[in-house]
Amino acid sequence: MSFPEIFSLEQLAAGLAAGEFTAVELAQECLDRVAARDGSIKAFLEIDSEKVLTAAAESDARRAAGKPLSAWDGIPVGIKDCIATAGERCSCSSKILEPVKSPYDSTAVARLRQAGFIPFGRLNMDEFAMGSSCENSAIQKTANPRDITRVPGGSSGGSAAAVAGGMVPAALGSDTGGSIRQPASFCGITGMKPTYGRVSRYGLVAFASSLDQIGPMTNSVLDSAILLDVMAGKDPHDSTSLAVPAGGFADAARAGRDLKGMKIGLPKEYFQAPGMDPGVSAIMQESIERVKSLGAETVEVSLPHTKYAVAVYYIVATAEASANLARFDGIRYGDRIEGRDLVETYFRTRGAGFGDEVKRRILLGTYVLSSGYYDAYYLRAQKVRTLIRRDFEEAAKVCDLLLTPVTPSVAFHFGEISDPLQMYLSDIFTIALNLAGNCGISVPAGVDKATGMPVGVQFLAPALEEAKLFRAAAAFEGAVR
Amino acid sequence: MDTPGIDVEYVAQLARLEIAPEAMPKLRSDMAAIVGYIAELQEVDVEGVEPTAYAVPLSNVWREDSAGESFPRGDMLANAPALVDDTLIKVPQVLPGEGIN
Repeated sequence: MSFPEIFSLEQLAAGLAAGEFTAVELAQECLDRVAARDGSIKAFLEIDSEKVLTAAAESDARRAAGKPLSAWDGIPVGIKDCIATAGERCSCSSKILEPVKSPYDSTAVARLRQAGFIPFGRLNMDEFAMGSSCENSAIQKTANPRDITRVPGGSSGGSAAAVAGGMVPAALGSDTGGSIRQPASFCGITGMKPTYGRVSRYGLVAFASSLDQIGPMTNSVLDSAILLDVMAGKDPHDSTSLAVPAGGFADAARAGRDLKGMKIGLPKEYFQAPGMDPGVSAIMQESIERVKSLGAETVEVSLPHTKYAVAVYYIVATAEASANLARFDGIRYGDRIEGRDLVETYFRTRGAGFGDEVKRRILLGTYVLSSGYYDAYYLRAQKVRTLIRRDFEEAAKVCDLLLTPVTPSVAFHFGEISDPLQMYLSDIFTIALNLAGNCGISVPAGVDKATGMPVGVQFLAPALEEAKLFRAAAAFEGAVR
Repeated sequence: MDTPGIDVEYVAQLARLEIAPEAMPKLRSDMAAIVGYIAELQEVDVEGVEPTAYAVPLSNVWREDSAGESFPRGDMLANAPALVDDTLIKVPQVLPGEGIN
């Protein structure tokens, strides 16, 4: 049995249904590829191969009995290490949680399992999802499979590298300020951030609760839509999950052949950003021509508060993080470093358990919430967040979707960006979407001539407009390929 | 010495974070740069603008107050660093002073 280098969920489902291969053979193929490739890429923190093969054998038994859980029964999906999988460790690539095993499944993983997908390994990430390169992992550095001297992006860098490296058909990531879309762009795959509330956050270790969303990272737009169909929907365990109809996303992606009748907005602030690589600009221009040739009408729009998005994000996200990460104190779970008394135990445990970037963000979040600064920073940032949201609402009055770059540059080399503030500024094109709560998708758009590295573009849609997003992104992808 | 705007030692105390003395100089300059950057929000006119806490406005999400299955105690305690009688989490001394143990 020989498998194609690039997995597609529909092809795998067809192969399993036709008996061309078994789920065990597929799982073994993925394990073999990890054994052959991950030594230099280091996307995976851990894979329990026995558990994976047992789940695959159970899938084969269901299929043999004529009772597969869905067409996807038996397909492996890699899981970012901040998403709980029962019985597996869930460390967020942090020392403080390294020994912790999840007592339960996150809702996203539970729904994948109900459809027969097999959770396949824990994927590396920036510690607590704080970073844009995976270099903040306390466990290991992941390399970009397109050029192993470069970073895969972050924070879902392990997920992007595992899919781009052909080691697993699809993976879950989480996106708080671009952590799915940016690594997808850096590694040349598709990454999708659903509307806030589409996918339950139950079992996702909280970083910034008002921004976090779980989403798919895949080889195609259709594959992302298939996974979102499985995961989306109201969950009693997450009160912020939305009780609105979900589904039909894969059908929307399959229907995406052209962009006739669609108005695509080009936010001028995203094209005037300083520090844009000429190679990225060139692919952006090609992409604009491409959507026009697919029948779309383009229109310039303005999102006037874009330049404040980074500052708002690093106030709101760190404030929420400082509260969320207060629970990691060495008392109920994780590593504990004993001090003379309770308070000293907190200091020592947290001092040793958190890495530098996590400490910086906890400090910033604590500062902006502290007495005397709350109104000047946190409350003001929440007000500017309203203005950013309104920018998107205004744009939506004149266009269906927005088309923008994902990042100002291609994947950079390890150690290339050492200044934390400079790293934050590289998130400029992705974070406003999270502040607004809207949905977006990063799709491969070409290769930078100077470096040979992949470049993605983003389609951004208003809240709950995923179907339109998938349709447009699939049409665009068809024209690129 | 304080950096302009943020007293890193004080904020670290509030956050219960031990910072190694040798890490302090770089941390101070990093934090000063970041706080300097976010201060640009002071120039935005936010007069009369309501704050956004959640992007998708929801309020009062209720559920029935009904009894249900919970997680087994042993499973939830399995991650605790120290236990007493396998049913209680052992914590360090809460009040400083004389040894109790």
